[in-house]
Amino acid sequence: MSDHHHKETFVTKYIFSQDHKMISKQYLITGIVMGCIGVFMSMLFRLQLAYPEQSFSIIEAFLGRAGEGGVMTPDMYLSLVTIHGTIMVFFVLTAALSGTFSNLLIPFQIGARDMASPFLNMLSYWLFFLSSVIMLLSLFIETGPANAGWTIYPPLSALPQAISGSGLGMTMWLVSMAIFIASSLMGALNYIVTVLNLRTIGMKMTRLPLTIWAFFVTAIIGVVSFPVLLSAALLLIMDRSFGTSFFLSDIYIAGEVLHYKGGSPVLFEHLFWFLGHPEVYIVILPAMGIVSEVLATNSRKPIFGYRAMIISIIAIAFLSTIVWGHHMFVTGMNPFLGSVFTFTTLLIAIPSAVKAFNWITTIWKGNLRMNPAMLYSIGFVSTFITGGLTGLILGDSAIDINVHDTYFVVAHFHLVMGVSAIFGMFAGVYHWFPKMYGKMMNKDLGYLHFWLTAISAYGVFFPMHFIGLAGLPRRYYNNTAFPIFDDLLHINKVMTIFAIIGGLAQIIFLANFFFSIYKGKRAPKNPWHANTLEWTTEVDHIHGNWAGEIPAVHRWPYDYSKIDENGDLWGGQDFTPQTVPIRDGEEEF
Amino acid sequence: MKALFFIIIFVVLIVACWQFVKLLGLTKVDNQTATEKENNINGWLMLGLMGFIYGLMIYSMYGAKDVLLPRASASEEGYHIDNLFVMTMTLILVVQFIMQFLLFFFSFKYRGIDDRKAFFFADSHKLETIWTVIPTIVLSGLIIYGIWTWNNVMDSSDAKDPIFIELYGKQFQWDARYAGKDNQLGSANVRFIEGTNTMGVDMTDKNSADDIPLVVNEGKFVKELHVPKGRKVIFKIRSQDVLHSVFMPHFRAQMNAVPGMVTEIAFTPVVTTAEMRLNEDTKAKFEAINELRKEKGEEAVEFDYLILCNKICGSSHYNMQLKIVVDEEADFNKWLATQNTFAQIKNK
Repeated sequence: MSDHHHKETFVTKYIFSQDHKMISKQYLITGIVMGCIGVFMSMLFRLQLAYPEQSFSIIEAFLGRAGEGGVMTPDMYLSLVTIHGTIMVFFVLTAALSGTFSNLLIPFQIGARDMASPFLNMLSYWLFFLSSVIMLLSLFIETGPANAGWTIYPPLSALPQAISGSGLGMTMWLVSMAIFIASSLMGALNYIVTVLNLRTIGMKMTRLPLTIWAFFVTAIIGVVSFPVLLSAALLLIMDRSFGTSFFLSDIYIAGEVLHYKGGSPVLFEHLFWFLGHPEVYIVILPAMGIVSEVLATNSRKPIFGYRAMIISIIAIAFLSTIVWGHHMFVTGMNPFLGSVFTFTTLLIAIPSAVKAFNWITTIWKGNLRMNPAMLYSIGFVSTFITGGLTGLILGDSAIDINVHDTYFVVAHFHLVMGVSAIFGMFAGVYHWFPKMYGKMMNKDLGYLHFWLTAISAYGVFFPMHFIGLAGLPRRYYNNTAFPIFDDLLHINKVMTIFAIIGGLAQIIFLANFFFSIYKGKRAPKNPWHANTLEWTTEVDHIHGNWAGEIPAVHRWPYDYSKIDENGDLWGGQDFTPQTVPIRDGEEEF
Repeated sequence: MKALFFIIIFVVLIVACWQFVKLLGLTKVDNQTATEKENNINGWLMLGLMGFIYGLMIYSMYGAKDVLLPRASASEEGYHIDNLFVMTMTLILVVQFIMQFLLFFFSFKYRGIDDRKAFFFADSHKLETIWTVIPTIVLSGLIIYGIWTWNNVMDSSDAKDPIFIELYGKQFQWDARYAGKDNQLGSANVRFIEGTNTMGVDMTDKNSADDIPLVVNEGKFVKELHVPKGRKVIFKIRSQDVLHSVFMPHFRAQMNAVPGMVTEIAFTPVVTTAEMRLNEDTKAKFEAINELRKEKGEEAVEFDYLILCNKICGSSHYNMQLKIVVDEEADFNKWLATQNTFAQIKNK
């Protein structure tokens, strides 16, 4: 395959590339750009929360008329939180995380020359790019970007009379998301087909690295749930532009009764969260897969409970599709459904607990190499536990009543899916950078980046639980209208300071990332002494991945520190790549 | 242009960062994975991070105890919710302490040493069973207790002599309507909105005439929703335009206001406003708040129960409030008698 491909031009190699490695890099760079914008927005609104009514020239510089005098308008505040949420959840943690690592690792780790459909893969990236551009363009229009919250509940999102962002801004949001969903479906179908059909000789499903299992199951959840959001978006477009009443009924606004009759916003909430909740697992499962791989490699130990890990991934995926109602306990949904969703939701804690215990047992009695990827993986387990545990409160309908939509929720999901998934993504970047660019990243900058990020992540989101318990609702432009929140201001200041430290710390990562691409030391073929197939390919990317035959696989990917009957390491080294045949007297795990 | 200036600073910082590393990099021996020294430093730092997290937990809990809501729930239903909350929180804290300890202690203890062998330990049915069964048992308990509490709180069908109040949300204020003598709310729809009938009450419905709308009393700027202590209050909630959410944190009550539908939440207030002002937690919180307000030159405030809007509803979402006053039943009845019914308003 590699010997008879036609010559590539600049355009086919770097822009409309159909090579999974290049597409993966395109996803990562786009994701980094979107991530910078999303994080920067959070810095701006953190300033507003900690120093309401104080003037900042940076706010005036970036927000223009909406930040006149250095203080942002309430509408702009809501736009910032809306677009921050949209960008981080969809563009960074869904598209960039899955897009980067599924594209890079699925062909590499299962032993395939490329994706099942390289063309669809290219199309998937360019649709993602297009949707990103539309989303960013909406920041520059007269009436401002969408600002009904990232959950875009109608009627607020349907009526321009209700809030200015629901005019052109919301139209662009919906168009952008519709394209995004198309992109994500193309990617997901491709991942599923590739994993099922293109595995190399010997690569049984039970020999797949956990990364692939995670990407595979993520793709399935995506295919099941994203179309539902698309339908919700289309119905909302109908309500907005063509006078239908799917989600709207009995509305009196701006001095007149609107014609809508018989629709229900609760229906939209059902449709939204039927995607919205699986979405959380679409975000976190790839990170879990990456972390499992990195923890095992750097502990020099097999991942503990490989089969239990696969079962728990599948269990989480299954449960994730029947728990969406826990976002809706106080929406007026029938209380009986509240009981049902409490039951299914709390069940998710079981496979999640199994995974956490298995990761900790993987570290136990290992020989840990504390490189940046490993630090981020340990950080992931920590934030996943901290953030996940408070899910027991939010998933329990009765106690959700009083913390629903407060900062307690914001703290919970930022730790358990925001910070954790970002940590998983960083772990992946530090671990597979040598495979992506053939260069090593600087370790010292990596350490500094991790420590600053980890400390500030906890510094921002841990105190946030308590302002939520004090009753502070989310999406409040400022808290000065309520004297009972006056004493929360100093906590907000502490959080903002940590947020700024954490935001600035990402500059270290950017410097390290971009300069390592050009100036980093050349990577060896298998820098981490890992077992998986991607490390058997050449450092420099070639079309088709392997110059000769695709290697056959003889074992699972976690034979680290395996010993023979004399207690010596098999083969004298602490890792046995998947391509090594089972030796005499060796038992396959 | 200023935005460009900030972006340039951003890029310069990136470059400076890299230059700094290049300087350091010259003196370092290259090694692909982490060296023993790095393992050691990072291992200790992991213990440090554990200390930081524990410290933050303890400090936040200690520091936050004065800013939280008063520990005593102002409603009877709130006690059940609080019990479940305290139980769950205790469980969470115990698990959090243990799990973080194991994670960081192992990260520290097993930090890499060049010639140590890791222990090949791939599976154990016994361990897997243990940590599947134990969470299952614990969660079963939580689920059963949780569902029991939920049904208890949400079911108000057996309430004795409840009082019905309609809450009506619109951008950006709360209106209310008492059911009056017949204790039945007249039907309503936004299509009836006209002139002074701002809540869209159907005036032809025979239940409407004795309904009492909550209006701002003359000479008084604050609209107050009065409710009696010791009687179940069933709120019927409507919205005029977009989603709102009635959030009454002191009563542990929250329910969305949904256009086109009537939602419901109920509770029995058990602490009057006057009593809550004497509560130790409230006193401590408001002393601290008034101290802060004095520094800023703002006037002192007193504790009041509040309804907040807790579902994003537009520009002024952050300031959509209504004061609730819990009275002794006799005082409440006296207050209600001074309010005008729709019939009385019409005849005036």
